[in-house]
Amino acid sequence: MTAPTIPARPGEDARLRPLPLRRMAWATWRQHRAALGAVAACLGAVAVYLWLTGLQMHHAEAAYCHPASSIACSINFTGKYGETVILVSIALQAVPALIGAFTGAPVLGRELETGTYRYAWTQGIGRLRWTVGKLVPLAVAVTAAAGAFTVLISWYNQPFAAVGYAIPLSARVFGLLGVAFAAWTLAAFAIGVLAGMVIRRAVPAIAVTLAVCAGLALTTGLWLRGHYITPLVTRNPNPPGSAWVISGWYTKAGAFAFGDHGNGLVSALARLCGAVRGRVLHVGGGVLHVVNAAQCLAQHGYTQWTSYQPGSRFWPFQWIEGGWLLVLSILLLAATIWLVRRRAT
Amino acid sequence: MNTNVIEASGLGKRYGRTWALRECTLAVPAGHVTALIGPNGAGKTTLLNLAAGLASPSAGTVSVLGGRAAGSRAALDGIAFVAQDTPVYKNLSAADMVHLTATLNRRFDQPYARARLAELGIPLDRKAGKLSGGQRAQLALTVALARRPELLILDEPVSMLDPIARHDFMANVMTAAAGKGEGEAGGVSVVLSSHVLADLERVADYLILLSRGQVQVAGQVDDVLASHRMLTGPAAEADTYTQRPVVRARRGAAQAHLLVRARAGDPVPPGWEAHPVGLEELALAYLSEPGAAALPGPARSRPAEPSKVIR
Repeated sequence: MTAPTIPARPGEDARLRPLPLRRMAWATWRQHRAALGAVAACLGAVAVYLWLTGLQMHHAEAAYCHPASSIACSINFTGKYGETVILVSIALQAVPALIGAFTGAPVLGRELETGTYRYAWTQGIGRLRWTVGKLVPLAVAVTAAAGAFTVLISWYNQPFAAVGYAIPLSARVFGLLGVAFAAWTLAAFAIGVLAGMVIRRAVPAIAVTLAVCAGLALTTGLWLRGHYITPLVTRNPNPPGSAWVISGWYTKAGAFAFGDHGNGLVSALARLCGAVRGRVLHVGGGVLHVVNAAQCLAQHGYTQWTSYQPGSRFWPFQWIEGGWLLVLSILLLAATIWLVRRRAT
Repeated sequence: MNTNVIEASGLGKRYGRTWALRECTLAVPAGHVTALIGPNGAGKTTLLNLAAGLASPSAGTVSVLGGRAAGSRAALDGIAFVAQDTPVYKNLSAADMVHLTATLNRRFDQPYARARLAELGIPLDRKAGKLSGGQRAQLALTVALARRPELLILDEPVSMLDPIARHDFMANVMTAAAGKGEGEAGGVSVVLSSHVLADLERVADYLILLSRGQVQVAGQVDDVLASHRMLTGPAAEADTYTQRPVVRARRGAAQAHLLVRARAGDPVPPGWEAHPVGLEELALAYLSEPGAAALPGPARSRPAEPSKVIR
């Protein structure tokens, strides 16, 4: 054996310039073109469907819905297409999670699963540049694709928004419009990439990504989003049509009495107003109005309050949601890169 | 060339509570085809992963190619690593694997890679997943060699191959190591691991026996063989032999076989016969006696050479 030499010298690297990141372009494209192509094909098929039905809707709205309150409009437009539009908008909620999971989770998950990371991370470019050179273009690509798709969804949604049906802030459409759709796609991609790195297998990582995205989207839609900006409160039981109603309640003598639905309201009505005979309507976010009964309660000194987010807050809300999702995505991708660097195989 | 291509000092790697490699100190000199032999679980793969920069040490240090930190840019640049089971992307064609490796490295000899694949009869447009195990291993070796590395590390390269594929693969490694390939300037240092010495016996000229993370034997094959003898004599006298260190004693009913560290000229007790020993026999003896070690035995035949630092 020859004698041990001096320890590793940190100065060695300085003379060797790193390989440029653009070297990763071909590798990224070649290895992920199938996934990107599948995303493009699926989005393309959905886009064709949205385009065809969207055209019909635009024509119907233009022909029958001036004024929007006409019977012809409700027969030939809202009645005819309303159900489809709701189903489509619900189905589209899953698209960001699906894109993110199927493009993000395999990037590292498959390498670790099949052992090819031992090839990839021992090439001259180094694992850090390899990882950054893959993740950044893929993240940009899926986000851009989702952003382009949003334009089509907005156009598709436009006739219903025009007749006042689709409240832009409502959970059903908010995530499909503006910057939210692309931001959710980016976040799902970042979650998928990290899941693949941690779980080290592609398919379980896809499943976990879908579950996490669903949980995050539900938490956001049902709870978080309503609090981006403090809701407005009004005594007018019917806030403006574009408003997103958060909750309602009754007070008496300045103190909270009961909510606008549930046992408190029902027992008060039974006690004070006798049999509940008024028409019962569901309006907006599930708020229950008991016409006549409302008058009855008012006569007994109860005041009805409604908290809501006005429609004018749509874009501020979009930027808030897009902003925190972007920050979350960057943090997740940074965490992934950190894990790749320190990963002790 | 008198640098060390791998140097480990007190090197250890722990996974959870288990040490896969512990207190490993060794030097692999440049210019050799080095066989790293050890039973399964000896820490061979761990050692090679540490040297290739795939893993980072839990204890100690490892450097490569004359003092470059394992995993550093300069180290990655000079080392081609073919991991266990010769991983290649199954959905990429052979031509794609060549192009991919070319884009991921500073140096890459495309004409050499293509010529070699043609020579081996591997169709360029065939997906790696559709190649036979032997062809896949050859593809992984080809793209590794075309990087023109200073050090080629092969971890259990032939364990999954049939005997013919093993032979072909080893022949190619040997050609590359000797620098006989077309347009090759000089030989490349090679480190191969296996749990079967027979795989590497014909190609290796430097031997490292690793057992439970510890180096048992390290030295040039010729030196190692020249410094061991097999003594055969009466079983009754086996325990009284103390002249030279005994690596392993095997006792039959009448005769005993002692593998001892002795040279051809060393005295043999009366009634005993000395024979030269084969490499496989020697490796088996050491591996079955994990406590025995021949360090730095073989090194005595040569003066210790200070490593040259690459500038």
